[in-house]
Amino acid sequence: MHGWIQESGLKKKKLMFEKEKESIGITGEIAEDSYLEKKYSRSSLYKDALKRLRRNKLAMLGLAIVIALILIALFAPLLAPYDPIARIKADSSLAPSSVHLFGTDLLGRDIFSRVIYGSRISIEVGIIAVGISVIIGLFLGALSGYFGNIPDTVIMRIADIFFAFPYILGAIAIMTVLGPGVINIFIAIGILGWASFARIFRSSILTIKNKEYIEAARALGASNYRIITKHIFPNAFAPIIVYATMNIGTAIIVEAALSFLGLGVQPPTAAWGKMLAESLDYIDIAPWMMVFPGLAIVITVLGFVLLGDGLRDAFDPKLR
Amino acid sequence: MFYYIVRRILQLIPVVIGVTLILFLLLYIIPEDPARLILQKGATPEALANLRAKLGIDKPIYVQYWRYMKNLFSGDLGTSYRYQRSVNSILAEHYPYSIKLALAAIIIEIIIGIFTGIISAVKKYSFWDMLATISTTLLVCVPVYWLGMVMQVIFGLKLGLLPMSGYGDGSIRYYIMPALALASVSTAYVARMMRSTMLESLSNDYIVTAYAKGLSQFKVIGKHALKNALIPVVTLIGLDLGSIMGGAILTETVFNWPGVGRTVYLAILQRDAPVVIGGTIVLVMIFVIMNLLVDILYAWLDPRIRFEKKEINV
Repeated sequence: MHGWIQESGLKKKKLMFEKEKESIGITGEIAEDSYLEKKYSRSSLYKDALKRLRRNKLAMLGLAIVIALILIALFAPLLAPYDPIARIKADSSLAPSSVHLFGTDLLGRDIFSRVIYGSRISIEVGIIAVGISVIIGLFLGALSGYFGNIPDTVIMRIADIFFAFPYILGAIAIMTVLGPGVINIFIAIGILGWASFARIFRSSILTIKNKEYIEAARALGASNYRIITKHIFPNAFAPIIVYATMNIGTAIIVEAALSFLGLGVQPPTAAWGKMLAESLDYIDIAPWMMVFPGLAIVITVLGFVLLGDGLRDAFDPKLR
Repeated sequence: MFYYIVRRILQLIPVVIGVTLILFLLLYIIPEDPARLILQKGATPEALANLRAKLGIDKPIYVQYWRYMKNLFSGDLGTSYRYQRSVNSILAEHYPYSIKLALAAIIIEIIIGIFTGIISAVKKYSFWDMLATISTTLLVCVPVYWLGMVMQVIFGLKLGLLPMSGYGDGSIRYYIMPALALASVSTAYVARMMRSTMLESLSNDYIVTAYAKGLSQFKVIGKHALKNALIPVVTLIGLDLGSIMGGAILTETVFNWPGVGRTVYLAILQRDAPVVIGGTIVLVMIFVIMNLLVDILYAWLDPRIRFEKKEINV
């Protein structure tokens, strides 16, 4: 019995092997070597990671949330039943119903539509602000890790200063100077986040820098630029992707906090933090005003956190 | 050990100077004339000029910065533009409230976080472990101020159990909600950390030996496993005391808590630069000093760190 199962398993494998050979365009009598060569040259760190990621249910849930959010943000005008800033006086502070799914606020604006449009700000801030942090961090981290000595000391001491600021406090201070507005939020959060990326990239470089293949590349006469972009960058990129995904969640929370404090997105634009601030005075008469934007923030951040955790596990199974 | 401490303290100096410089530059760029803030509308140009000279803000920025740093080292944080009082006295008035709230939050963090982590690790993959894992994952994603508002609605409005906001008479009922909100994220992190270090600790051979000796589960976990598992958790909690002080701005604003976070926030809205710089410097100093203490504690526990000649900051 047991033997039979094994044998049939073997047969199945052989069959799959034949099929796979066909699918990548090797048919007939071509030697097995070339098949294996083709197969293994295609599988890389990133492919393996992707495979592990697909098996992780929580990470897939996170990915689903993130994709759904991006779609909601893109197609907000199609999804929202009302204009997010249109005031309908007669509909002031209605409880959730079939007409207004999430109810309306004091000015008679439809909260469901505002929550949908609010996703735009959050996603924009998350991606652009973290993008700014990554770019600054990669540049300074590369300088620091690759060249060492004085650039390293100076950049890392500046990073220390940025680490000494509590995140929210720093963001508030910068927003006070720049004034409210979406672009300024990108800048404030972007500037505050670079130090962690610089450190991560720097330490990746330090561990890779002295490996034999880098030495070999240098012996072959590769330039600094080529070594950084072609050899170091692809190998140091995994931790950056992981950390960036997690940081998008943080950036969205900070943006909401800034808008909540009145330093971020200005009315009448729909932003979740701003909606919470507007609900603060009416939590006794219109509690639905605060429930839905808050849930939206929690679900969004949860999506990025789960995806980030999943990516971390996928890139480094040892960390589990 | 001594050299390690000296080196770490010397490393702090550029950080502190950098922080003050950045704050000073940031607030210097704010296009607002402090003299106008103080004298209100209708002041004569001469009066404004006199006041500017008195405040020293007619001088170039490096002179102002130098003067500020000189005062800072003698412990003088300047005078508030709004209240005409020294920043030291304003901060001294509000700091006790913040520290009390932070301590309450840390106590919650220690009790709930460590206990949850231990249960999760000991009863791995049980219902309680799942519940703890789900709630700690969720808690990290919840904005502190929203959690505060939800609690206000449930416990303050609907159930009427706790006061909505403020410090009141300072009884414990006023602390519960703001302290829980402030502690929420850190508690989740402590519980997660406790779970993973405890699991690691429980997988050691000496745990098997302890069981084999016939010790009760309570003794094995409490005496053998917990001690080793606690070290990284204690570090995390130490670091938190600093970040909780900095993160108190939102909680204190939602709950109208008369602490330093809310004071700094109000000062930002009122463009009261000396209070903002002074308050932030003190917050950052607490944060930095807590980090230093934790590092020293770690070096004391782990000799490898002490003797590391060229350190790699990761």
